Amino acid sequence: MGEIWYRFRKNKLALFGFSVLLVFIILALAAPIIAPYDPFQMSTGETLQSPNSAHIFGTDQFGRDILSRIIHGTRISFKVGIISVGISLVVGVAMGICAGYFGGWIDIIISRIIDIMFSFPDIFLALVIMAILGTSLTNVMIAIGIVYTPIFARIARGSTLTVKDNAYIEAARSIGVGDLMTIIRHILPNILAPLIVQITLSFGFAIRSEAALSFLGLGVEPDVPSWGIMLNEGKDWMELAWWVSVFPGLAATLAILSFNVLGDGLRDALDPKLKNESE
Amino acid sequence: MENNILVEVKNLKKYFPVKSGILSRKKNYLKAVDGLNLKIYKGETIGLVGESGCGKSTTGRLILRLLEPTEGKIFFDGKEITDLDKNKLKSMRKDFQMVFQDPYACLNPRLSIKSIIEEPLKTHKYRPSERKKTVKDLLEKVGIPKSYMDRYPHEFSGGQRQRIGIARALALNPKFIVADEPVAALDVSIQAQILNLMSDLQDEYNLTYLFIAHDLSVVQYISDRIGVMYLGSLVELSESQELFDYTIHPYTRALLSAIPIPDPEIEKRQINLEGEIPSPINPPDGCRFHTRCPYAEEICREKRPEFREVKKEHYVACHLAEKFINKQNTEIR
Repeated sequence: MGEIWYRFRKNKLALFGFSVLLVFIILALAAPIIAPYDPFQMSTGETLQSPNSAHIFGTDQFGRDILSRIIHGTRISFKVGIISVGISLVVGVAMGICAGYFGGWIDIIISRIIDIMFSFPDIFLALVIMAILGTSLTNVMIAIGIVYTPIFARIARGSTLTVKDNAYIEAARSIGVGDLMTIIRHILPNILAPLIVQITLSFGFAIRSEAALSFLGLGVEPDVPSWGIMLNEGKDWMELAWWVSVFPGLAATLAILSFNVLGDGLRDALDPKLKNESE
Repeated sequence: MENNILVEVKNLKKYFPVKSGILSRKKNYLKAVDGLNLKIYKGETIGLVGESGCGKSTTGRLILRLLEPTEGKIFFDGKEITDLDKNKLKSMRKDFQMVFQDPYACLNPRLSIKSIIEEPLKTHKYRPSERKKTVKDLLEKVGIPKSYMDRYPHEFSGGQRQRIGIARALALNPKFIVADEPVAALDVSIQAQILNLMSDLQDEYNLTYLFIAHDLSVVQYISDRIGVMYLGSLVELSESQELFDYTIHPYTRALLSAIPIPDPEIEKRQINLEGEIPSPINPPDGCRFHTRCPYAEEICREKRPEFREVKKEHYVACHLAEKFINKQNTEIR
């Protein structure tokens, strides 16, 4: 563990991503305390103010403080990230391990399901699911969760196939350990490294997808302070007030970028091949 | 003698299906084990040798029911275990365990060695206090300090890991252990330590070993009896010293002649077999060995020789066995 942290620390970019995300997490947790204004508070006298000392990022067409809305938007984005990645992680890993461990017919059926899901462009699949389920925050999380399930399933399946051939799996069988215990005790801990990387990257994907869906009007309800909704509303005022859409866009970009560099850094730190080289 | 049998294998076969092209209807099979008969007596060590791919590891796994046999019967302690259901098999597994070849792959890198040795006890529902005591005892028996029990496999050397693997195999107090090339991956100096440990433990726990190896000198050191395998079946089986002194089967003679003798004065005639070992997907008719046998005659090409007792407790599968009987191996040993 210490060794992984040591190698991770050497990657400055990943460390930067990690720090930015820490700040975002604090913002999300303490949004009501940190945000200078109520994100829903409209003020007819202060519409579309450019950034100034009272409103650092300016105000939107209803006079709401953009900084406060971005800070509250962090909550939405991270909530979507955690829950939708949670859904795809649990479902995908269960599918992938079953396919890889049991093989045969189970593998064929699960692999074909994965292939079919992969054949749709992910944002298209999310749009279809949203069109069926209707717009709401819960449905966004379900839709994004479904869309990213096959990635986890495929990673889990591949890693399971590699781990399954190790003698310690056979040793467990020769002792009489059941399939479920073998999976929990021997397979799962050994396929964790690639999954951790994918979890980090998927957070970025999930936040991006939520913003995209909300921007297209098939995401969360319009009054929710989501980064995507803010972008959508801001686009109408682009020529008059650039700050309405640019700041939420920057926030989303920064969060997604941070998750990506963190994921890359983790992958390098957890890669056993690099580990062998340094030894 | 008959009630002293711990494991008996009758006409054991294991065919692995091989893909032969999309359009071809005919299924090919890799005949890993093809008609093997073997009796293992209580308390003995039986060595199983042969080239790689001859089916020795498969045989060990079939006996432990880690692989499903295609045909044949396996008896353990008088009971047939070939068709046991899952639950009965699980409780039977206490009695037969395995030691693996690769000490690096046989221990889960994410578990401490305490958890590794404890796993068989947990699986068979031993009480926690009992488990703790057993783990400590076992570590002491195999020569690993008790204070190391919270460490992880990567902190140990190959030899130490093999000791941990042996401790795990012993945890349930088994009667029978299949050791699949347990020293092949170790340095020669460590090999001797592990072999000595295994024979000490055999005396202490009254164990029976099936010792799989490709190194004849290792097998000679530890075995009471030795079986030689070629292309999925036994070609010769006898008491260890007898096999080395009065070799009958031409294949065994070739194997023995390949052992180096550390004495330059002894002039050795090495028997070099010609050709590769034939594919187990399409083994030769008649005697499996006739394609490489320097003595092969017409009958060898036509009829598969029976595995028969040509001398007391000396079994050979060769039509011409009588030709080689009682001929001491002066020229090759």
